[in-house]
Amino acid sequence: MQNAEQIVNGQKLFQKPEYQEVLANKKQFEGGMGAINPAKVQEIAEWTKSWDYREKNLAREAITVNPVKACQPLGAVMVALGFEDTMPYVHGSHGCVAYFRSYFTRHFKEPTPCVSDSMTEDAAVFGGLANMKDGLKNCAAIYKPKMIMVSTTCMAEVIGDDLYAFIEGAKDEDGGEFLPREYPVPYAHTPSFVGSHITGYDNMMQATMQQLTEGNEGEKKERINIIPGFETYIGSIRSVKAIVESFGANYIMLGDHSDQWDMPAGEYHMFAGGTKIEDAKDCMNSTATISLQKYATVKTMKMVQKRWKHKGGFSNPVGLKGTDEFVMKLAELTGKEVPAKLKTERGRLVDAMQDSYPYMHGKKFAIWGDPDFLIGVVGFLLEMGAEPTHVLCHNAPSGWEEEMRALLDTSPAKDSLHVWAGKDLWHMRSLLFTEPVDFMIGNSYGKELMRDTGTPLIYIGFPIFDRHHLHRYSISGYDGALNLLTWITNKVLDQLDEETKGIASTDYFFDLVR
Amino acid sequence: MSALRQIAFYGKGGIGKSTTSQNTLAAMAHYFDKNILIVGCDPKADSTRLILHEKAQSTILQLAAEMGTVEDLELEDACKPGAGIFAPGTPGGWINCTESGGPEPGVGCAGRGVITAINFLEEEGAYEEEGLNFVSYDVLGDVVCGGFAMPIREGKAQEIYIVMSGEMMAMYAANNISKGILKYANTGGVRLAGLICNARMTDREYDLAKELAKDLGTQMIHFVPRNNIVQHAELRRMTVVEYSPKSDQALEYKELARKIIANDMKIIPTPLEMDDLEDLLMKFGLEEEADEENIGKSAEA
Repeated sequence: MQNAEQIVNGQKLFQKPEYQEVLANKKQFEGGMGAINPAKVQEIAEWTKSWDYREKNLAREAITVNPVKACQPLGAVMVALGFEDTMPYVHGSHGCVAYFRSYFTRHFKEPTPCVSDSMTEDAAVFGGLANMKDGLKNCAAIYKPKMIMVSTTCMAEVIGDDLYAFIEGAKDEDGGEFLPREYPVPYAHTPSFVGSHITGYDNMMQATMQQLTEGNEGEKKERINIIPGFETYIGSIRSVKAIVESFGANYIMLGDHSDQWDMPAGEYHMFAGGTKIEDAKDCMNSTATISLQKYATVKTMKMVQKRWKHKGGFSNPVGLKGTDEFVMKLAELTGKEVPAKLKTERGRLVDAMQDSYPYMHGKKFAIWGDPDFLIGVVGFLLEMGAEPTHVLCHNAPSGWEEEMRALLDTSPAKDSLHVWAGKDLWHMRSLLFTEPVDFMIGNSYGKELMRDTGTPLIYIGFPIFDRHHLHRYSISGYDGALNLLTWITNKVLDQLDEETKGIASTDYFFDLVR
Repeated sequence: MSALRQIAFYGKGGIGKSTTSQNTLAAMAHYFDKNILIVGCDPKADSTRLILHEKAQSTILQLAAEMGTVEDLELEDACKPGAGIFAPGTPGGWINCTESGGPEPGVGCAGRGVITAINFLEEEGAYEEEGLNFVSYDVLGDVVCGGFAMPIREGKAQEIYIVMSGEMMAMYAANNISKGILKYANTGGVRLAGLICNARMTDREYDLAKELAKDLGTQMIHFVPRNNIVQHAELRRMTVVEYSPKSDQALEYKELARKIIANDMKIIPTPLEMDDLEDLLMKFGLEEEADEENIGKSAEA
């Protein structure tokens, strides 16, 4: 039992005899399917590690086990929180919204504001107009954001709610009390059953840029828009800003949530930082737009390039080459020399890469995550001579598999490097058992794989719920590449120590200097 | 090039909506050189049969289901050029045909299917085709849910034509559809552009349709008389316009086509209350004034 003077957590509590007894007694009610037979359990467990099981697993069609993707509105909520004093508003059922909030909060360790208009059965039958009218008005009256961004859950999408008509209707009814005509309420349809969180990011960003700039076309300004994409590394946004600023370039970071999810202690404010709404309204008059995540901004960049005729394009500033390309793009767009500061940073990175190269070279990695993240980090692994044996992208959009394949084909080990598009982490489990690797790179959901397969997990990705502060760092730019290098190399060295620590058996290589 | 016009045909199920719309669109293409995209929004997928000379073989949703996702679908697979005189390169305008398709009766959500299909067409640039003059939506029965209202949302069809007849239920439906239009008209650009009376040869049908149109604030844009030649043409899976371009019936559709092309009467409808609608039917003798005490009694009683 718990003692109020000395409360113990679950780790120790359930080891106490009274709990152990309960758990042992419970066994007799378990396992109609033979689960109480340890030999049978072992047999099946072994079979799931076989090639036979792998083939069956890879042929699986009708179920996803341990997905590596979330749904559209999650991305839309991220977009909203990147704008000044903006409340993300999800038109739909509130369970979904509780999930978006907790998902981000568990990763960033910060509160995540987001409201829902709580559609229930009657809204499903009669449509969500009444919810939208009350919801927008309440949101504006209570939280007083400068802007509300509306996205949708499956429910509103299945019944076909018309966001434009509803928002206009809400403004009409309000009569200007809380929702004046000019109050910005960008909206996007984000059906969760299509695409993934990056599709939602794209839809919301495109809708926001289009709707806020309507009627604002004016004089072009020598200015660069930067769209970070579904960026879960706060430090990355700061690194990118530092690079752009080192060129002295005039720029707008469209969707900058780096302050929102990294607030100092003290009095709580619902919103912090973010792209200025005035800037967002004028973004079409910039001369260039650079998207840092190609697959998270397909629709957005189509609009920017085809209709707005902006220069720029895509650049993924992860790793040495990725950052070089970004820096050169900025040099070209600004017409300026690469600043000495960046050259020094680059030099330091290259020096560090050389120091660690022997430890990463030839190491086999399994890695999973979002399509653009993978392009960047796999590129960096290749720069370090590592072998990304399994590259898995659950939410791979069309064209990604080919691009990744082409990237892997630049490696001398290309024949043993595999791309897995549209697969989940249960597939990854089979791959790890049948074609093992030295290390895994991924999010917290790799924890089970780490336990199952014994492969060390390097925490890089999203979401990371069970390790602290990694999201505060950068993985972009030269400093970001140095972080990647540090995390990966040190894990390699940890593992080397682990394998060589046996007294008088393996410790001939348990060296002080590595 | 004149701006793209988006129109939609609504009306009670079984009223002859698909037949009327295809014949009318055929006339617009054949006699007036208009290039048209037909978007069938009915799970039965029969909105393009007379133009293609066959039932559309592959609907957008059927193809999407086979591929697992609509994102893998290409426009060419789902959008077919019309047959015969409606093919591109033949004299007169061309007609492209696409059907949203949808689930089997009794399962799934056909309304969502319409949303998915229209989004797909927009994203794939079906509306940006060179020379396209009209997009026409053919929507099933009544506006039963948000999905079937998709074609009348902002940025979609601006002109709605309701196909009706002098029968009581067809008029109820026309009135209901007007209510649906009204809902969207205040916030968007959708307007009622006219009633098309597809004659059933009921009593005083012409007058009744005209009166309903007046009450709704619109016009009866054309009264299409009944003629068996339409059925003869349908047996050959053709429009009358193609089957017999000089026939009287084809010329009726030609006249309707001319009126639609020239139509500039687009209004926000004023739907009737149920009592007013019943009064109207009574006025034209379709419904006898019911004695309060007779309601619910059988004829024998």
